[in-house]
Amino acid sequence: MLARAVDLIVSGDREVFFIAFTSLKFALSSTIISTCLALPLGLLLSLHPFRGKKLVIITLNSLMALPTVVIGLLVYSLISRSAPLGRYELLFTPSAVIIGQVILSFPIIASLVYSALSHMEPELLETLDTLGTRGYRKYILLINESKIALLSALLSGFGRVIGEVGVSMMLGGNIRWYTRTITTTIALETSKGDFELALALGIILIVISLTVNFLLHWRIRYE
Amino acid sequence: MKFSQKLSQRFVFFLFMFLFLLPVMMFAAGKHEVTSRLRLATTTSTDNSGLLNVLLPPFEKETGMKVDVIAVGTGKAITLGKNGDVDVIMVHARAREDAFVAAGYGVNRSNLMHNDFVIIGPADDPARIKGLSSAAEAFRRIAASSSDFVSRADDSGTNIKEKFIWKEAAITPSGKWYKESGQGMGAVITMANDMKAYTLSDRGTFLSMKSNIDLVVLVQGDKNLYNPYGVIAVNPKRHDGINYKGAMAFIKYLTSKEGQDIIRSYKKNGEQLFYPDVLK
Repeated sequence: MLARAVDLIVSGDREVFFIAFTSLKFALSSTIISTCLALPLGLLLSLHPFRGKKLVIITLNSLMALPTVVIGLLVYSLISRSAPLGRYELLFTPSAVIIGQVILSFPIIASLVYSALSHMEPELLETLDTLGTRGYRKYILLINESKIALLSALLSGFGRVIGEVGVSMMLGGNIRWYTRTITTTIALETSKGDFELALALGIILIVISLTVNFLLHWRIRYE
Repeated sequence: MKFSQKLSQRFVFFLFMFLFLLPVMMFAAGKHEVTSRLRLATTTSTDNSGLLNVLLPPFEKETGMKVDVIAVGTGKAITLGKNGDVDVIMVHARAREDAFVAAGYGVNRSNLMHNDFVIIGPADDPARIKGLSSAAEAFRRIAASSSDFVSRADDSGTNIKEKFIWKEAAITPSGKWYKESGQGMGAVITMANDMKAYTLSDRGTFLSMKSNIDLVVLVQGDKNLYNPYGVIAVNPKRHDGINYKGAMAFIKYLTSKEGQDIIRSYKKNGEQLFYPDVLK
């Protein structure tokens, strides 16, 4: 079984690669959007405490445990054509999957960004203050100082979305040449009893994860 | 300090690149969707059998439309049609289809094709149902002997048919032998194979998996096992943005000589899977 799976990958089947590309596209887009949203929130939470901060953190932490199918269901009930946002015709499009995956990855990235920034050495903040560093320059320096931890946050978010199946299946519809991703294909092929293709895609998923992690860590190390 | 400043400048640069590129990327992705799309909700049995892979390309080529196939159980396909999330549905549960049209959710229902269901099970056949001509009688014997039976239990067309046969047999299945799996046809056949259990399957899915499993066909040919497929356009008056024109063109194509010929000539492992109903 494993040999045939490897065979499928090596032979360079066009559909297999299209599916892998689609997965990667969705996961990268949603991780980037989530990070753009989570970074400001993380900075706000760690540098400018406000009333209700604890509540926000508790909420974020709880949302990390939200099952993917629940997110799929919630978003479905918002974007179905008979629902409030139905007229935008988002259901069963790549945008729908990305919206779901942003909701999925935002809490985890935001929590980890907050924890990375709040665990910084207090001396650093004091130094910055005495140097008179203000505004966005201060944020940039802080982000730069904790970039390894931030990278872990980003990768955790990426890992959560590239491996999920509930959101992609419910909101994307597993449409061939459009919204079919690695995980939805694995679900489909397993249900058809075609374990070889499912296994081949599973291997690709692992390789993608390894590559993305490796590339990012490698860049950090040598910069 | 200078070094780290340079670094942070680069970081900011990348950040802005992302922020700038993001809308561009999304716009490009949106642009892509200008060509008209037709959303088809259909059953797993038609999709898993591979029929759609030969049936759709000629239509897409002729009309320039792209057909998005959402393969779910019949029950869910009908719900998607009700909510206006798809433009056309292709399903197999006649009573539900008629109710869907009668309630004003669908229009222009058309017969499309048929095949049949078969009762499959282990070759040693502990419930002694092999060769029976009545599906209800076979179900009675399976229940009487408490032989394992795997049910789809997912409101699919096959599951609706199964419940109908239990009703015909005047039995409410329950007990340890009756396994409600909630999974697709392929998964259920695989489960039944592993458990040496009986199950009800459409012939197409069974044929496509035959070479990987030990289960055999035990009961077939009962008129209660007849499995007709229908195609229905979603009523455009119910929701905005329904691709009604596309749906009608699709139904016209499926019931045309071209569509019906493709259905007739589609074979898997040398066996015909579906029989056209419009042009016989």
